[in-house]
Amino acid sequence: MRRPARALRDDGTAGPPLDLRPIRKAGLRGLITILKERWDRPVFLALASVSLIALGLILFFIFREAAPILRETGLSGFFGTHWNPTGSPASYGALPMIAGSALVTVAALVLAIPLGFAAAAFIAEVAPRWMKDVAKSILELLAGVPSVIYGFFGLMIVAPAFQRAFGLSTGRTALTASVILGIMALPTIASLAEDALTAVPNSYREASMALGASRWQTIRRVTFPAAFSGLIGAAILGMGRAVGETMAVLMVAGNAPQITASLLRPVRTLTSAIALEMGETAMGSTHYHALFALGVVLLIIALVTNGLAEWFRGRLARKHGR
Amino acid sequence: MARRRGFQVGVAAALVAGLFTLGFAVSAADVTMSGSTTVLPIAQAVAEAYAGIYEIEVSGGGSGVGITNLIDGTTMICDSSRALKAEEYVAAVAKGVYPMMWYVANDALSPIVHPSNPVSNLTIDQLRQIYTGEVTNWSQVGGANIPILVVSRDSSSGTYGSWSDLILKGAAVTTEAVYTSSNADVANEVASNPNAIGYVGLGYLNASVRAVAVNGILATVQTALDRTFPIARPLLMVTNGFPTGKVFDVLMWILSDDGQRLVLEMGFAPIRALP
Repeated sequence: MRRPARALRDDGTAGPPLDLRPIRKAGLRGLITILKERWDRPVFLALASVSLIALGLILFFIFREAAPILRETGLSGFFGTHWNPTGSPASYGALPMIAGSALVTVAALVLAIPLGFAAAAFIAEVAPRWMKDVAKSILELLAGVPSVIYGFFGLMIVAPAFQRAFGLSTGRTALTASVILGIMALPTIASLAEDALTAVPNSYREASMALGASRWQTIRRVTFPAAFSGLIGAAILGMGRAVGETMAVLMVAGNAPQITASLLRPVRTLTSAIALEMGETAMGSTHYHALFALGVVLLIIALVTNGLAEWFRGRLARKHGR
Repeated sequence: MARRRGFQVGVAAALVAGLFTLGFAVSAADVTMSGSTTVLPIAQAVAEAYAGIYEIEVSGGGSGVGITNLIDGTTMICDSSRALKAEEYVAAVAKGVYPMMWYVANDALSPIVHPSNPVSNLTIDQLRQIYTGEVTNWSQVGGANIPILVVSRDSSSGTYGSWSDLILKGAAVTTEAVYTSSNADVANEVASNPNAIGYVGLGYLNASVRAVAVNGILATVQTALDRTFPIARPLLMVTNGFPTGKVFDVLMWILSDDGQRLVLEMGFAPIRALP
């Protein structure tokens, strides 16, 4: 049996049954009436599905273009230690780029997490109202600076400074990239960590203060542990920001495809390898498929970090009953 | 209820289809060119010279992108700093596209160093040893006792391809090399770094870097034109089959004396001595 159509009340519950008979009888005029009154749902459904379709298409094409690499080099060839796609014989080992991305990202997080958490603690717990507003808007401004501007700053200011300071043959190193990435990930980490700290109920702080704890003790022993999963989520999203950044890293990292643990040498990351090489690669060549496979590696990292971050942040929300 | 949902999905699908159709609407330019960033300045100058006559749409992206676009039919002329590769020919012919290469300009790849560097001449052998990492200090080639920083273009660019063919002859660049994404960025790094050596096209030589002679010959328009400079390469435009109509007009103009004078103005060498 069909249920009668019902209008929705403002609070989302079903209202009384709609009388659709006049509309059905009216034919085309009725259709126009329905369109006039009910245009919102299909339109929003269409708009929402555009992003879903876009994501689906991206995933489909990236995987389709990457798949032939398994046949052409095999998994062990793709996870080899040498990347020389235009040499003879060519090698398509992705480990230098994976190691480069890992090195730069970890170093960036070592810089950005303490600074970001400290900034968040200051904004959420310490700062007076007006200073809180100023600090938050500065963070938002920092997040809004285009990445090519960060890259330019890194290339013109940071790289020459590091070259002089460390007596290097070039300032385009993993360290330069890490510093720039750290600054870029800072707003993400600080503002999400601030959300996590603000989500801790005030009663926790009041109870801690009532027991005679100082503000520092309260932050360290009560607020931070209570917001822990949210803080981890913030750090992971900051990591996602750092892993995925392309332009600024391309400009300052030096892009040498070598496996090194030294921050003072040039490295190539997954993103910069794709950006650097894709424009000139012959479509359908092994090199082309290898670059798409690097994209798949990046995509998997992005999906995993986003999923983990959502899970941690969701756990925080559940914990405080929201 | 079911019918209503069907209606909503129908309207939504129509809207989505509409948006995508809008997105794929083709451009209305008379002639489209895309590809190599090395050839880009020439393409842009040609488009400007044709302003008000033909509408020429120009974009970069790299030789590989240009060839892909030609095969897909989204560009009429592909700019390329290298000859097509075998697999590109195969891909093109499979889609019924028959690439035809036009030789439109000469370029030379000049080694460059910091203006303070005393080294003024290198042999091809020395260049190869520097780029493969056998020679790592400027004192080994007659310079100061400072380490050499090798700056290269990314290994898939047409510029690197020419350098690799003519200098490296298949050997791999040292893993200590720094890679940049454009000719301008190579010049930029070399201009600010006394350790560095790089290579750029003729159009990118300027006062902020010093060109190094190769086997005693400096890269100039004249030495690129008469092919006495050892690291010279042709710049190409590629069409689908023998061109007709407006594409033919534009190509013939580029090959004319006027077109070749424009090539010279953009810092490249023409394909023949001009009257």
